[in-house]
Amino acid sequence: MEAMEVGKMVGELIEDNEVELVKLKNTRADRRVAPLDTARTNKIKILRFWQEYQDPSRRAPSSEFNWFLTPLPSADSISQLAMAMEVTQILLNAQAVDGALRKQAEENLKQFQEQNLPSFLYSLAGELANDEKPAESRKLAGLILKNALDAKEQHRKIELVQRWLSLDPTLKAQIKALLLRTLSSPSVDARSTVSQVIAKVAGIELPHKQWPELIGSLLSNVHQLPAPTRQATLETLGYICEEVSPDVVDQDHVNKILTAVVQGMNSTEENNDVRLAAVRALYNALGFAQANFSNDMERDYIMRIVCETTLSPDVKIRRAAFECLVAISSTYYEKLAPYIQDIFNITAKAVKEDEEQVALQAIEFWSSICDEEIDILEEYGGDFSADSDIPCFYFIKQALSFLVPMLLETLLKQDEDQDQDEGAWNIAMAGGTCLGLVARTVGDDIVPLVMPFIQENISKPDWRQREAATYAFGSILEGPSPEKLEPLVTMALNFMLTALMKDPSNHVKDTTAWTLGRMFEFLHGTALDTPIITPANCQQIVTVLIQSMKDVPNVAEKACGALYFLAQGYEDAGSASSPLTPYFQDIVQALLTVTHREDAVESRLRTAAYEALNEVVRCSNDETAPMVVQLAPLIMLELHNTLENQKVSSDERQNELQGLLCGCLQVIIQKLGSSEPTKYHFMQYADQIMALFLRVFASRSATAHEEAMLAIGALAYATGPDFAKYMTEFYKYLEMGLQNFEDYQVCAITVGVVGDVCRALEEKILPYCDGIMTQLLKDLSSNQLHRSVKPPIFSCFGDIALAIGENFEKYLLYAMPMLQSAAELSAHTSGADDDMTEYTNSLRNGILEAYSGIFQGFKGSPKTQLLMPYAPHVLQFLDSLYMEKDMDDVVTKTAIGVLGDLADTLGSSAGPLIQQSVSSKDFLKECLSSDDHLIKESAEWAKLAISRAISF
Amino acid sequence: MAPHDLRRPFKRPLISDQEKRRQQSLLRQAQNRRDAQNHARFLASTALSLEQPHELEPEPELHDELIPDSEAPESPKELDVVEASKLKGAEARKWFAKQLMHPEWMIDIPENLSQDWFVFARPSGKRCFVVSCNGTTISRLRNGSILHRFPSELPNGARRKDSSGPAQSYSILDCIFHEVDQTYYVIDMVCWRGYSLYDCAAEFRFFWLNSKLAETGACEPPSHYHKYRFSLVPVYCCDQSGLCAAYTGSVPYVKDGLLFYNKHAHYQTGITPLALVWKDENCSQYVMDTDSKGQVPNQQQVVLELQEGGKLCTSDDPPVVFGCLDGGFMHESELHSGCLVRFAIGEGGLVLVDGKLEKADLNYLGKANRARASADSFSKVMFQYSVRHSPLRIDDLLGSVNSAADESNKVCDIEMDG
Repeated sequence: MEAMEVGKMVGELIEDNEVELVKLKNTRADRRVAPLDTARTNKIKILRFWQEYQDPSRRAPSSEFNWFLTPLPSADSISQLAMAMEVTQILLNAQAVDGALRKQAEENLKQFQEQNLPSFLYSLAGELANDEKPAESRKLAGLILKNALDAKEQHRKIELVQRWLSLDPTLKAQIKALLLRTLSSPSVDARSTVSQVIAKVAGIELPHKQWPELIGSLLSNVHQLPAPTRQATLETLGYICEEVSPDVVDQDHVNKILTAVVQGMNSTEENNDVRLAAVRALYNALGFAQANFSNDMERDYIMRIVCETTLSPDVKIRRAAFECLVAISSTYYEKLAPYIQDIFNITAKAVKEDEEQVALQAIEFWSSICDEEIDILEEYGGDFSADSDIPCFYFIKQALSFLVPMLLETLLKQDEDQDQDEGAWNIAMAGGTCLGLVARTVGDDIVPLVMPFIQENISKPDWRQREAATYAFGSILEGPSPEKLEPLVTMALNFMLTALMKDPSNHVKDTTAWTLGRMFEFLHGTALDTPIITPANCQQIVTVLIQSMKDVPNVAEKACGALYFLAQGYEDAGSASSPLTPYFQDIVQALLTVTHREDAVESRLRTAAYEALNEVVRCSNDETAPMVVQLAPLIMLELHNTLENQKVSSDERQNELQGLLCGCLQVIIQKLGSSEPTKYHFMQYADQIMALFLRVFASRSATAHEEAMLAIGALAYATGPDFAKYMTEFYKYLEMGLQNFEDYQVCAITVGVVGDVCRALEEKILPYCDGIMTQLLKDLSSNQLHRSVKPPIFSCFGDIALAIGENFEKYLLYAMPMLQSAAELSAHTSGADDDMTEYTNSLRNGILEAYSGIFQGFKGSPKTQLLMPYAPHVLQFLDSLYMEKDMDDVVTKTAIGVLGDLADTLGSSAGPLIQQSVSSKDFLKECLSSDDHLIKESAEWAKLAISRAISF
Repeated sequence: MAPHDLRRPFKRPLISDQEKRRQQSLLRQAQNRRDAQNHARFLASTALSLEQPHELEPEPELHDELIPDSEAPESPKELDVVEASKLKGAEARKWFAKQLMHPEWMIDIPENLSQDWFVFARPSGKRCFVVSCNGTTISRLRNGSILHRFPSELPNGARRKDSSGPAQSYSILDCIFHEVDQTYYVIDMVCWRGYSLYDCAAEFRFFWLNSKLAETGACEPPSHYHKYRFSLVPVYCCDQSGLCAAYTGSVPYVKDGLLFYNKHAHYQTGITPLALVWKDENCSQYVMDTDSKGQVPNQQQVVLELQEGGKLCTSDDPPVVFGCLDGGFMHESELHSGCLVRFAIGEGGLVLVDGKLEKADLNYLGKANRARASADSFSKVMFQYSVRHSPLRIDDLLGSVNSAADESNKVCDIEMDG
């Protein structure tokens, strides 16, 4: 138990604080007092203590209601005199082996912080700066300081930022002076710790235009500094660049940073630690260098130094330099043309000769270029007269005849056990992946360059050659045209089927099965002219795949994957007879057998088998539907058995299996529910199936809950109003799901299911609405719930309102102000990055769907006029969205629909208001002439509703 | 600034099946939400009422014995068009029989004719409701019975794969089927693609009708998926030129009088004074009522409904009472309340005081033809009466249109000093 907990904590740590863990490992050697593992455990406990302490959610429930507003912490701490306290002993005790002593020390620190924060922080900074103090206490002081400035959880982070900003400026100046001084400490630990602390302070202050002298004072005499301080300074700059966004650092400072960094990388710098720190700092500073990369001379200089650095005798520096090249390839793709030839030479040499960690980065450079060109070409959409922001330079096409042989060579460097090792990543895998990307980038051109390699190697006695040839073939199946590939694939199909049965090497069979899957994925389907699978060869294919499912787990897994794509190819066949029909029963049976294999549990095989089964169900047709009906009770029985077993012993695998079975049932419900005759047959199982799902909620697995919830949503949709009979029992789990902040995916899915239930039950949902609405409002107010759940909650308001109509009246008082303040916040996105803009749009859509549902819900009710006071704001919101000009198509469609809903429900009383709004004129006009037919349709409807409203 | 992980997915799909399931669920939910939203949007906001079937039946005795008791106490049902479109057989007949808007006859000229009214030449033919929905088109006559069931280019009017929008969304047109050219002349639009236009002003309904009907291809010549052609009727503002155009202009159909529609009026089921019909010999073959042999009788004939206490009433709501039959006569002639009875108007004629009927000289002729569904309306009786005595002429109409324009100018002058 103890060991497990520690393991889990280490896991958390890796996620949280990779740097800490690295340092932890480094300090293991110089530990004298405690035995190794105890010391490590203690350290972890301390870290965890701090995390827990810093996280208010674990202390007391937050009373903050409005999640949009950030609370200011009380500023009474400012008035207290900051004075350094003696903290050394407490910090040492906090790492003691003696549990009681440790606990006492932790308690002391906690009290100290609560009673006098300024003094606490000042004391810690003093401890860190003091070279007389023991390394242990200084390091913990730095760590606590860092955690007092930043946290992983967004809400906590904001609190800490506000707390720091509200401290007395004099005190902060003193702390910062101590920190900067520590950069020159003889202790490597102290320097390394303080560089991170400084970056955290900068991360808070620079965006608020504070600490303007930081960069200047860091760089004032960087050349004269002793090497260790230079290294620490460069590391600090690197962390700062990682911490802050480019727009808060002015160009003058950027120039200074880049100059210092590039000079530090230069081969004239003799100290390798300094060079490494400089290269890593450049990696983080690249995002700041937009202006410098637009200047030919500066760009030439940076590129020359980076390229030179890839030739450093130090492998860490070479690797870091290639990492910079990879970052440049995506950030400054359009500036690369003058350097691409040199870069090709450098990367080719690295791939051929250098250590694997460097070679992997060199290959990644080309994969990254492929990513860029694939994106650009996709944007062209095959129409080369169309505009793209960035032109395509066709680097891959130009380098093709050199690049492909280089990559093919890597394919022969496989590791013996790579197929069994989940975490494996080696040069053969990277090279193969890159080859696949190259094929997607250039299409047909790659085929003649790869075919000779395949022909030469596919039948060689050495498994490496056969595997490499097969992998090469599989890699190029996506990208080139079907016309080009079809003859080759038709020719290769028999060979592959034979290899899958007869090749003595598991590697070869693994890759062969994967390649068959790729053939089916990209060259099989009703849309293709000449099918590679015919009624003639279908039986052989199915037989081989079923046989292969009995092979070792990794091969069987790929065979299941191949079957997945074989089935998918018939997805659009409609009700037409599928060649798979005669084998349907055998396939399902074989997959079920795989799920029962003892060794399927350990690998990914069981999951792959259920995934294939799901796809087979999804792609079933009228002929095979009766067999799917028969499959339902089988899967239900399996679920029943796991629930019975759970009484005896519960473990992770049991929960995983429950998740898979719920997933499979969800697919079955959705399939059978989609047509009346099969739905009728399926409904006989509805009661039992629901009872099983409810039992799944007894387990503690988030994944199983999520899957059961999804399946219940599908069941509610299929059942319709009859779903009411399950509500008494189901309700508490619904509420539980809505309260699950921690596993926010569960919460999100539950919100979606509330929508399903609303549409199924309509007004019969009313008795449960008080509870649901209370919970949803709480969710919205919480600053702990992941933000991605909030837009669907707003949409859910709309679902509820539409279901219960004017009964929504009593929630208006709560829901409307929420919507209103969210609307105000989401009206403007200026300056936000892509992620934020996307989130804002999803928030807008949620808000608009809520308005839509509420207006439509009240339509025709005598209480319509209750909505009148909200109309001006809604119209204002629409107007400001229109003015902002950054709505995506979905938001546009929903927004123009809301205009119609408002007019439709409020009618003539809102007529004058509507006529005043910009939305009813320009916005509507724009939407009416939209190319997007969904927008146009909504707009026509809105026009009609408005005309009615104002024609009264 | 730890080294960066660059592992890419290897021999694995980019997204897991679970992720795929999650995305498909989200898609399904979004689709369902859209459907629910659309359903709500296209529900007619005013429910049209289906009155109790008994009041509606002209031959109640026959049916009372057949209809099981359970149906009898049924309270008046409110149905919207969506629900009504699911009605079958007799139920549907009853419902649709009540849904058409019927004009009053023009017995005097409304004020502001030139400002507030449209005019158009009414095609001669069978008035009907055309409903397109779920891949078929059905036309129903005034009494609710089906005239044609056919495929058409109206929205969801034929079973085809490429139809856009939800298949169950219905469209309802108010038409006159013109036998000669086998064409449905559309005189009003009641629902379009599931969207109710009942409470839209005529101005908007005509605008929508004009812009939407042609888009569908319903005005094209007949084809495999489109058995009858639909056609628009030229509608004019009722100023002098509009009125002339409607009266004298050539149209591809046989005219049966002029229809006047108030621009601001909603589509109202039953008889309404906001739609008016007027005719003379130049624009209609049937100015004066004819008898069963097609002859104009010497005396004007009227059909009235016998109500409680022997009252003889028109079909208006509220009814206008023309007179009273005594119990003895009723018993003698086997008349009872609910009967439709035919009278001739005698020498005494109709006497009006302040626009109200004071006295009517009625001579009993007998029971009305069984095919008759209802009594005459007051305006019809009065129009027929005036045709025989002092008809409203086209010149009167033209005159009123001109003077109305003058008057409005005067009003304008007065208001200028504000």
